[in-house]
Amino acid sequence: MAVDPVCGMDVNEDKAAATSVYRGKTYYFCAIGCKKKFDEHPKTYLKTAEGAEEKKKEKIQSGGETESPINKDEEATKDRIDLPVVGMSCASCASTIQRSLGNLKGVEKASVNFANSKATVLYQPQLIKAEDLIKSIRQSGYDVGTASIEIPVRGMECASCVQNVEKALLVTRGVTKAAANLATEKVRVEYIPSEININEIKKIIEGAGYKVLEIPHEEEMQDIERIVREKEYKILKRKFFIGLIFALIIFLGSSSHWFPWIPDFLNNFYVLWALATPVQFWIGRQFYKGAWGAFRHRNADMNTLIAVGTSAAYFYSVAATVFPSLFSTAGIDPKVYFDTSTIIIVLILFGRLLEARAKGQTSEAIRKLAGLKPKTARVIREGREQDIPVEEVVVGDLVMVRPGEKIPVDGAVRDGKSSVDESMITGESLPVRKKTGDEVIGATINKTGSFRFEATKVGKDTALAQIIKLVQDAQGSKAPIQRLADVIAGYFVPIVISIAIAAFVVWFVFGPQPALTFALLNFVAVMIIACPCALGLATPTAVMVGTGKGAEYGILIKGGESLEIAHKIDTIVFDKTGTLTKGEPEVTDIFPLESQAEDAILRYAGSAEKASEHSLGEAILKKAEERKIDLVDPVDFKAVEGQGIEARVDGRSILMGNKKLMMDRGIGIGELENRAVRLASEGKTPIYIAVDERLSGLIAVADTLKENSPQAVEKLKNLGLRVIMLTGDNKKTAEAIAGKAGIEEVLSEVLPEDKVHEIKRLQSAGKRVAMVGDGINDAPALAQADIGIAIGSGTDVAVEASDITLIRDDLEGVVSAIELSKKTIKTIKQNLFWAFIYNTAGIPVAAGVLYPFFGILLNPILASAAMAFSSVSVVSNSLRLRRIKLGQQGER
Amino acid sequence: MEKLIVTVAGLSLIFLVNWYFLFSKGRTKQAVLGENQLQEVTVRVKGGYEPDVIVVKKGIPVRLNFYRDETADCSEIVVLGEWEIRKPLPAFKTTPIEFTPQKEGEYVFGCGMGMLKGKLIVR
Repeated sequence: MAVDPVCGMDVNEDKAAATSVYRGKTYYFCAIGCKKKFDEHPKTYLKTAEGAEEKKKEKIQSGGETESPINKDEEATKDRIDLPVVGMSCASCASTIQRSLGNLKGVEKASVNFANSKATVLYQPQLIKAEDLIKSIRQSGYDVGTASIEIPVRGMECASCVQNVEKALLVTRGVTKAAANLATEKVRVEYIPSEININEIKKIIEGAGYKVLEIPHEEEMQDIERIVREKEYKILKRKFFIGLIFALIIFLGSSSHWFPWIPDFLNNFYVLWALATPVQFWIGRQFYKGAWGAFRHRNADMNTLIAVGTSAAYFYSVAATVFPSLFSTAGIDPKVYFDTSTIIIVLILFGRLLEARAKGQTSEAIRKLAGLKPKTARVIREGREQDIPVEEVVVGDLVMVRPGEKIPVDGAVRDGKSSVDESMITGESLPVRKKTGDEVIGATINKTGSFRFEATKVGKDTALAQIIKLVQDAQGSKAPIQRLADVIAGYFVPIVISIAIAAFVVWFVFGPQPALTFALLNFVAVMIIACPCALGLATPTAVMVGTGKGAEYGILIKGGESLEIAHKIDTIVFDKTGTLTKGEPEVTDIFPLESQAEDAILRYAGSAEKASEHSLGEAILKKAEERKIDLVDPVDFKAVEGQGIEARVDGRSILMGNKKLMMDRGIGIGELENRAVRLASEGKTPIYIAVDERLSGLIAVADTLKENSPQAVEKLKNLGLRVIMLTGDNKKTAEAIAGKAGIEEVLSEVLPEDKVHEIKRLQSAGKRVAMVGDGINDAPALAQADIGIAIGSGTDVAVEASDITLIRDDLEGVVSAIELSKKTIKTIKQNLFWAFIYNTAGIPVAAGVLYPFFGILLNPILASAAMAFSSVSVVSNSLRLRRIKLGQQGER
Repeated sequence: MEKLIVTVAGLSLIFLVNWYFLFSKGRTKQAVLGENQLQEVTVRVKGGYEPDVIVVKKGIPVRLNFYRDETADCSEIVVLGEWEIRKPLPAFKTTPIEFTPQKEGEYVFGCGMGMLKGKLIVR
């Protein structure tokens, strides 16, 4: 059996489709196509074939040299792979994985190292594939840190080529999955970055005889559009200035009765014709091109209107120039309107120029966000720090960040401390302190200290990538308010053409003399003023700028629809825990009995709670740590179910808990009982402490309000919203907290699953309800509300149930979001109003409806000026949104 | 006499314009079922859609690959109202749009402003 050097298939020498002799050796091919390829570049294919063999040898050798728990000899006939395992939290996880790998058929030996998070597997490639090993690890509940990439490949012409590419990749160590797609000419490769990098993958595909195209980055694709647009803009600018010179000369020439100093020859019709022609067909070419393209598809757009309108003026003038006698015999003074056609074209170009510039600014937000993406990351692999492209970072990588550096991906701090500037993602202007366990967001900037963190989200899953995607989607969407405008636009152009023709006919038949001139001018005026461009730009530009502005403040809006509904909200419901409050209890009051000091009480309480896992205990422990009190380990710790705890600290017996616990042990609480009752009425949980069977103090613990909750509530009220708090707490506690936040209406003792019903109830009473909560526990209520606002999502940006996501854990964002929606919708309404005035109300005026009553006619040149500036004014109005400052409304 | 001619010519022109832009039919293309079990059609977007009438079979997933060959803003967004799809098409890039038609009938798709139109016929 021979091997086809091109595709690598096994070929029976007797049945080979073709053979070739090269340097005295006969090669066999599975198909004529392969032979052809071989004959063209025999060296390439032979090199590949040899290369593959050499590589195999190399692999075997290098595998043995590394320090591996699997020894050299065993490896000679088998394959070895190192898989980075993600999600192991203890050594027993390692043995679980090791066992499940070891049980697979074809696996000779598996060893999983917890310390370096690696699974080293020796296996027989003919029995089991690397893919199956990864599957097995994933099935045991862990993940393998792989990266994937899509590579555009040229030259794959048949199904067998697809197999060649896949085969070549799959036999390569480090590649776990390869799927080539003939239709898209792309290969999707999943690989282990520590084993192989993108360049090596490229080389393998090239080695198999196919051409690898440059791997496009998302931003680069956008760049192509930008480059083309910039080029178009330059051409447009040049054309405009040249057109302007021509238009000026033609204008002066045509208006020589106003400017007697103009040389006579400029007034000559032939000269004017010669000057107008390049403007009409070279400078105005884009209108003809666009109109023709649309016409072929049975569409009509603004290009159609401009092309037909200016052509009418132009060709009428040409006829008057060449056959003036025809006009004279019909009793019409042969006049030319070259100035009209030229000036219209130049003015509209000017409008487009301004519009293009302004529109470029509306998508600035996305460009800014895309520009934040870090390029490289410093990861620690095999004990060494190495700089790698950010695309190659995988989940579970340990990443090193120094002061002043950009954090490359999302993750959790493992060791080190620092403060991080997160303003670009969350809008928070003050640096945020980070310590072990804290979440860090990719693309934010590390300020003071160095730290190491574990990557938890990479590639398209990072907060930044999701924000960009969300904002892009939102910007592509439109508000429902636009729909009517859309429906109109579809029928707009044919109807406008009809009106223009009708105006021509009416003026010709019933109009005063010279009827043809009036008919023509009014026809042109209707065509030109009615270009529906401003109408189309009214909403999208405002939505783009509005959502972009939101992203700047860490407010992510799902789309135009959310924006529109948000401004109509009249009721806003807040979930209590974690939304209005911090969501974690803390010590609010300490009352020691006479002889004791606060710190002494805290020392006993804190030490005793050291062994507790209760959230109230944690609050006390935290307080003690805050006050830097030296705690000791408790002995004989015991939790008394539902009542409290007991333990021994420094040889003294400590008892902590509620009234019942004290009563049961026969400890009098007389002196502190009133105080405890008062604390409970404030929504706090009182905890009695007894030392050596004697009451020595009271500690109150409560979930406290976030600092700015009351301000936010007040601002919302000032905006005219009805504010309601929703909670599962008992009435007393709920009312106490609500009172502090300034909320009068409380829905308490609501079970989590009943939150949805409460929202429904409000809605059926005719309210438009916004629900503010976290994206996980409150998801059903968020989805039910007219507007769901998820708060403090951190890096989990794409909260499914919500319409608006606030990255920062701050209620001010709710106010800003509502404010932003109000301002954006106001802008849209203004835009639609102006667009309507220009485009629609202008039509009858242009058709000459006012002429019989007031003698008012719209000159086509004025019509074109109005048209050009309608788009510009709409876009600039939207751009005003860029300058607004959020968070000020509702303040008094 | 000439007034009559202009009137008749004008009216017929109005009729023609409306018929051509609003009611006439364009080129038809049948979607082909590919290896991936998708009915696929590539649509070139330039001043309109090419092809602008696409015939697909009921119940089989459809993938329309829109290649936008221009930067003109009109075609920036494609809307398939029936399937509640509204997607931006980046210039000089292919944007696939997938959905599964469940009901027979004729459905209009078009640009964000409804000026460019195409038709999807489900059989």
